Amino acid sequence: MPSVHYARLKYLFEMESQRQIIERLRAAFQSGVTAPLQFRLTQLKSLLSLLEDNEPQILEALQKDLAKPKFEAVLSEIDMVVNDLCYTINSLPTWIQPSYVGKNLATKLDDCFVRREPLGVVLIIGAWNYPLQLILAPLIGAIAAGNCAILKPSEISRATERLLAQLIPKYLSQECFAVICGGAEETKSLLENRFDHIFYTGSQAVARSILQAAAVHLTPVTLELGGKCPCLIYGRLDMLAAAKRLVWSKFFNAGQSCVAPDYVLCTPEMREELLPAIAKALSIFYGSQPKQSEDFSRIVTDRHWDRLMALLGKTQGRVVMGGEGSKEDKYFAPTVVVDLDGSDALMQEEIFGPIMPILTIESLEQGITFINQREKPLALYVFSDESQVVNMVLERTSSGGFCSNDGIVHMTLPGLPFGGVGASGMGSYHGRWTFETFSHRRGCMLRGWGLERISMLRYPPYTESNLSWLRWATSAKKKSWGVCSVM
Amino acid sequence: MSQEQRAVERARKAFCTGRTKPLQYRIDQLKNLQRFIVERQKEIADALKKDLNKSEFGTPLYETMGLEGEISLAVSKLAEWAAPRPATKNLLTVSDEVYIQPEPLGVVLIIGAWNYPWAVTLQPLIGAIAAGNAAVIKPSEVCVHTSKVMGALLPLYIDKEVYPVVTGGVQETQELLQHRFDYIFYTGNCTVGKVIMEAAAKHLTPVTLELGGKSPCYIDKNCDITIACRRIAWGKYTNCGQTCIAPDYILCDPSIQDRIIEEIKKSVKEFYTEDPKTCSDYGRIINKRHFKRVMTLLEDSTIAMGGQNDESECYIAPTVLKDVKPGAKVMQEEIFGPVLPILCIGNVDEAIDFINQREKPLALYIFSSDNKLIKHMITETSSGGVLANDCLVHFSVSSLPFGGVGNSGMGSYHGKFSFDQLSHLRGCLIKQLKMEGMNKMRYPPHTAKKLSWARFFILNQVELSKLGRWALFALLAVVVAVILQRYFAD
Repeated sequence: MPSVHYARLKYLFEMESQRQIIERLRAAFQSGVTAPLQFRLTQLKSLLSLLEDNEPQILEALQKDLAKPKFEAVLSEIDMVVNDLCYTINSLPTWIQPSYVGKNLATKLDDCFVRREPLGVVLIIGAWNYPLQLILAPLIGAIAAGNCAILKPSEISRATERLLAQLIPKYLSQECFAVICGGAEETKSLLENRFDHIFYTGSQAVARSILQAAAVHLTPVTLELGGKCPCLIYGRLDMLAAAKRLVWSKFFNAGQSCVAPDYVLCTPEMREELLPAIAKALSIFYGSQPKQSEDFSRIVTDRHWDRLMALLGKTQGRVVMGGEGSKEDKYFAPTVVVDLDGSDALMQEEIFGPIMPILTIESLEQGITFINQREKPLALYVFSDESQVVNMVLERTSSGGFCSNDGIVHMTLPGLPFGGVGASGMGSYHGRWTFETFSHRRGCMLRGWGLERISMLRYPPYTESNLSWLRWATSAKKKSWGVCSVM
Repeated sequence: MSQEQRAVERARKAFCTGRTKPLQYRIDQLKNLQRFIVERQKEIADALKKDLNKSEFGTPLYETMGLEGEISLAVSKLAEWAAPRPATKNLLTVSDEVYIQPEPLGVVLIIGAWNYPWAVTLQPLIGAIAAGNAAVIKPSEVCVHTSKVMGALLPLYIDKEVYPVVTGGVQETQELLQHRFDYIFYTGNCTVGKVIMEAAAKHLTPVTLELGGKSPCYIDKNCDITIACRRIAWGKYTNCGQTCIAPDYILCDPSIQDRIIEEIKKSVKEFYTEDPKTCSDYGRIINKRHFKRVMTLLEDSTIAMGGQNDESECYIAPTVLKDVKPGAKVMQEEIFGPVLPILCIGNVDEAIDFINQREKPLALYIFSSDNKLIKHMITETSSGGVLANDCLVHFSVSSLPFGGVGNSGMGSYHGKFSFDQLSHLRGCLIKQLKMEGMNKMRYPPHTAKKLSWARFFILNQVELSKLGRWALFALLAVVVAVILQRYFAD
C-alpha cells in the first residue's frame, strides 16, 4: 500500500470519534464474536503475552509516572494482573457453565438453571495510582464474561496511558477492545453514550457524576472509591512486627493506595512503643535518607505534592518524623504526625500520601465509636494478638474489606470480593467476582408439557379445594431448597 | 419534621443500636411477618378487591403464598446464609483465615408497585430483614386501600421503629429520596427508575431496579398449541395483564395464528365464562388513567377477540389483536393490560432478530417441543429471565435470581439472592503477627533475589483444595525454614 495512502488511513483511523468506536464495538458484540469460550481465552492469553513481552517498557512507564520502584511495580502491577489472568484462564471453562439449581418434587420434570451471559459494551475507567492494575484487572473479567470493552486510562499517569494506547490494539482484537485517551472533557462526552456497564475507580466526587450519567441510560455501575482506612492498634501484640507491616502498607507507593492505612488509632502508652518501632522499620526499609532510597516512590503530580504540603501546613498536630520534601522530584518524606484530633485538617479527607497521623484513644470502645462516626472505609485494619479485640472490631464496624495484623495484602486474594460499601463504593471484583460483575445472571426454567392436570389447579375458576391442594403442595416443600409453589 | 424524615431517622437510630444484628431478632421479625400474612388474610384480600378487583383466591395465590414460602425459606436458611463463607487462599495465606462475612447495609428504602402490592413490597422486605437491615417501606399510593392497610397493620406485627411504613404519593417519595439510604430497592417503571437512580447518585447509594418492558412470547409451529395457549392465556389475563412478566406480545408463524386465537378464546371461556365482566375471578384495570392508556393502544390494530370495555368499571375484556404491525401503537410501550397482540414472523431467526432489535425484556417466553430451538433462542437473545413452555411460574422458584437487564432493570432477588443483594459481603483476612520472617521478602530494601522469591510465592497458583491442609503446611514450613536460613538470616 502506498505510504501516502497508508498515512492518510492511519490519520483517519486515529480521528475516529468516540461514537464511532462505540458503534464499532457494539456491532462486533452483536455479531457474537466475543461469545465463544475460545475467543475469550485467546484474548486473555494475548493479554498475558502483552505483560510478559513488555515488562521493561511497563516498568519504565511506571517509573516515569510515579517513580515506582521496580519491586513495587512488578508485584503490585504486573504480577497481580498476571495472577488474576492465570486464575481466570484456568477457571473460565467452569465459570461459563450454567449452574443447575435445586429442584423439588414439583419441578422434577423441569430444568432450572442460571446462565452467565455477557452484558454488551462496557466502559472501564482507570486511576493513576496503580495505572496498569486498576484498568487491566477489570478488563480481565470483562473479557472473560464475553463483553467488548472500552478502556479509559487515567490521563494523569501519562506514560502508562500512552503505553496502553499503543499496546492494547497490538495484542487484543481491535474490533472488540479500544483505548480512548483524554481528560475530563473527553470522559464527560464518553459518558453521554450508552454502555451496558461502567466500571470506575477513583474519587467520590467524580463517582457521583458517573452515577448520574449512568442513570440516564439505566446503566449498572461498579464504583471502587476510597476513604480514610483506619488502623487500630490495641491490646497485646508484637510491636515491631506490627510496625513493619504498618509501615510497609502505609508507605508502599508513597501512601498512594486506596487501601493504605490512612490513620492510626492507639492508646497513649502504645504510642510510646509504636513510634520508635516505626522509626526502626523506616530505617530498615529506606535507610536514613529515604530520598536516596530506590525503593521509595514519588508523588504523582505537583498538584498532589502541593496538596500534601498544604495539609502539613494546616495541621494542629506535631510532626515527629519526616515532614520535608522537594518539589522538583516530587519527593515527600515518610512523615508521622501526632497530637491531633478528629477535627484536624489531616482528618477531613483521604490523605493519599506518605503522612501517617497517629491519634490516641482511651479505650477500644472509643476507637470503635470514632471509626463508626465516619464514612465506611474501603479497608479496615486491626493490629492485635488478642483475638477478642480483632473480633470486637470486626463485629462492630463496617468496611469494604477487613484485614487483621497486616495491610493491603487482603486485596491480593482472588477469592475475596474487593470493593467498598457506602461512601467507599459499590460492587466488587477480583477473581471470579470480576467475571460476575460483568455478567448477567439469567434465570432459566424449561418446563415440560406433562403434568397439565397439576397445572390446572392454578387456573380459574378458582375454587377453595384447588387452593388448598396448592397450599398443601407449597407447605410440603417448605423444608426444601428452592420453594416452588405448584403454579 | 416531616413524617418521612422522622421515619428515616428513627430507623437509622434503631439500626445503630445493633438490635437487628442477632439472627434470633431477624427470625422473630420474619415469623411476625408470617403471622401478619396469615392472621390478616381477610383485610389484605378486602383491600386488594377494592384496589384491583382481585378475587378472594387471587390474593393467596398470587400475593401471599409466595411470600409465605420465601419467609419459611429465609427462616430455615438464615444461619447458613449469614455464616462466614470460606474463600480460596494462596500459598502465603495458608495459615490465615480467609472468608467472606455477610453484613447488614443499614437502612434500606423499599418502594413498592401497585400491581402486586403485597408481593413486590414485602418480598424485598423479607430479604432486608433477613440480612439484618432496617427498612423504610413505601407502598405504591396507587393502591389506596392496600397502602392504608399496610400502614395501619404492619406496625402491629413487626418492629415499627426498624421497619416504618411511609404512605403517600410522588411528593412524599421525593421527600424520602432526599435522605440518605444504604440501599434503594425499587419496583416499577423505567421512567421513575431513572429518577430514583439519579436521586441515589447524590448519596452514592446502590440500587436494585425491578422494571419491566415488553416480554416477548414465541410460539413455535412444533408444540402443543392447546396447552401453550392455555398457559399463555393464564399468564396474560391474570391480574388483567398488569404483571411485569406477563407475556406482552406473541410472535408466531402466520399459519398458526388462527389456531392460536381459537385456543385462547377457548381458555378464556374456561377461565372467565362467556362474560368475564361478571366473573369474580377476572380483575380490573387499576384506574381510569391506565384504562384510557390501554384503550388507546387498541386503536390501530385488528381485534380478533374481546375489545369490550366499560370505563366506569375500568373493565377491559380479555382481548387479542391479530396481524399486528411492528409500528402499531400497541407495540410502542409495555401494554400492562389484557391486550395480547399477535405478530406474524417467518421463522425463529426472524423472531430472534425482532427481539434483539428491541430493549432487553424482563422475561422471554418460548413455546416449543424442540429443545434445540429453545436453546438456540436462549443463546441468541438476552433477557432478565427465560421460561420455556409456560408463563410467570419462574417467578416462584426461589433458587433462580429474579431481575432484569438493560432497560428491564438491574440487580436481582428471591431466596438467597435477596439476602445477598441486601448485604455487604465483606472480604476478611485474619492474620497473626507471627511468621514475620516470611514478610522479609516483601520489605525494602529490595533485591533481585527477594523479588524472585516473592514472585514465586505470589505467582504460584497452588490447588489448595487438592493438597491436604497439613501437607501444605508442612511444605510451607520447610520452604520457610530454607529461605530463612539461606537468605534472610540476620
